[in-house]
Amino acid sequence: MAGRNARRAAIPRLAIAIAAVGAALFALPLVGLLWRASATDVRAALGSPAAHTALWLSLICSLSATACSVVLGMPLAWVQARAEFRGRALLRGLTMLPIVLPPVVGGVALLTAFGRRGLLGQWLERAFGVHLPFTTPGAVLAETFVAMPFFVLTVEAALRSVDSRLEDAARTLGARPLTVFRRVTIPLIRPSLLAGAALCWARALGEFGATITFAGNFPGRTQTLPLAVYLALESDPDAGIVLSLVLLVLSLAVLVALRHRLGSPA
Amino acid sequence: MSLDAAFRLTVGTLDLWLDLRVDAGSTVAVLGPNGAGKTTLLRALAGLVPIENGRVVLDDRVLDDTAAAVHVAPEDRPVAVVFQDYLLFPHLDALDNVAFGLRCRGASRRDARHRAQEWLARVGLGDRGGAMPRALSGGQAQRVALARALAVEPRLLLLDEPLSALDYQTRAELRHSLRRTLDAFPGVRLLVTHDPLEAMALAARLVVLEKGRVVQAGTPAEITERPRSAYVADLVGVNLFRGRARGDRIALEGDAELTVPDAGSGDVFAVIHPRAVALHRRAPEGTPRNVWTAPIVALDTDGPRIRIRCGGAIPIVAEVTRPAMEELHLDRGGDVWVSVKATEIVVYPA
Repeated sequence: MAGRNARRAAIPRLAIAIAAVGAALFALPLVGLLWRASATDVRAALGSPAAHTALWLSLICSLSATACSVVLGMPLAWVQARAEFRGRALLRGLTMLPIVLPPVVGGVALLTAFGRRGLLGQWLERAFGVHLPFTTPGAVLAETFVAMPFFVLTVEAALRSVDSRLEDAARTLGARPLTVFRRVTIPLIRPSLLAGAALCWARALGEFGATITFAGNFPGRTQTLPLAVYLALESDPDAGIVLSLVLLVLSLAVLVALRHRLGSPA
Repeated sequence: MSLDAAFRLTVGTLDLWLDLRVDAGSTVAVLGPNGAGKTTLLRALAGLVPIENGRVVLDDRVLDDTAAAVHVAPEDRPVAVVFQDYLLFPHLDALDNVAFGLRCRGASRRDARHRAQEWLARVGLGDRGGAMPRALSGGQAQRVALARALAVEPRLLLLDEPLSALDYQTRAELRHSLRRTLDAFPGVRLLVTHDPLEAMALAARLVVLEKGRVVQAGTPAEITERPRSAYVADLVGVNLFRGRARGDRIALEGDAELTVPDAGSGDVFAVIHPRAVALHRRAPEGTPRNVWTAPIVALDTDGPRIRIRCGGAIPIVAEVTRPAMEELHLDRGGDVWVSVKATEIVVYPA
């Protein structure tokens, strides 16, 4: 306890004051949202069919994007954590790119790849008659693009922290590499897997820029909750605020559920 | 039935050359300092690191043969390992840890757990099956690791420092039970350790490994009587010299020389027990043939006998009693006369 007090005393007052300003920057908008929402008819706003549709679509798209991220991101994280090859740094940079890329730019880039005249898109259209832009699968693709890095980074860090000698031990006991992965590696990184998937889901749920650019804003098809919020602010500000509150509560719930995981690595 | 391993392997700065034969039913301990390549040797035999050049054959089954491009994967080798800090799976209880290998080798869940329970009972932990590894004591974890390795009924059992992770008391308790378990295991037993006590308590034959090379092999008695490296001499606690024999003299490095009854010829080792080294403050007169002056460079005063390390052309350790040290004021350092009787020097070919 003495050590803790000493450390507390060592923080200059100025730093505490600035920290308070920083915290207020986060807190005030939330308070504002709650304050405005308290003055609106929450039930009416949530009860509207448009809100229902957007909420439902958001859940489906974000969960699908999370599923895609897990399926594609797991092997990617594995390769990045364990394989030794030239260009690994480049691959890791590529995986992280969507985190720093403006989502709108991501959406444009997706169009150039999967759009009707895109690199892969035109071929998809010709060969299978599949076109992704302005469709629900397109929204899922856009969300996956933006959210998957959170899963990959979390899982990669966890894989690096696993004592690989435990995996060696499993092999000497007769486990094939896939069995080792399933029965040793995955259980060892389970907390990080869950944390990564939850972060990824939260990011997908809030995705706006890439989705609206690549998938458009069609109610029932690609108009997810963040898009509905943006639209509602023009026509029905109260509904926009209530929908924002829904997003806020969902994100906060994820953070609270993860609070033990985010503080400590793995 | 036996293990025949002859191979070369380089990992980082380690260059491991090995030529080893171990018969089933006997335990061989590879003894060596840290960094000698002991763990790498075990990992190579388990198939976890590929060898660069050579062959590993177990019971006429080729596990590795670089000339024929044969490398059997770890999971396909009849080899089990007890790892240094046991490496129990932290997410499985003791019973499932032991059952793990059986499940991987095709046993049904029920059957695997049934047999795992038997193995736990055999190592005296029949009532700890439900315990998670973090709840086990060091000694219990060691026994679970042993049961887990033996449960798959390997032909070759490898043990990496099986007792060194334990405290002194537990180590002494477990040494006996481990020896019994090893003696009951019908396959080939190979353990590596840096602890000579552990090696001698568990194995009938020792192989001394230094810097990736086997420097000596034999029974514990053979090795302690005729050490062939500074490391072994240090473990045994004797002074070891290497030189060229000529008649009754051995020429050491520099201009130094030892006189012995009969040195033979060629390169030889000479061993002098510290008890046989006498120290004097004035030039001694008498029968000892080897007399020289040397500075005192270090004192080890732990215990009733005092070890005094002398420097100079023939660095040597002398063992004296406390009264002798006080009478000669040896604790003040300075130069002393060293004498060794020729008949106290054991000489054997290098």
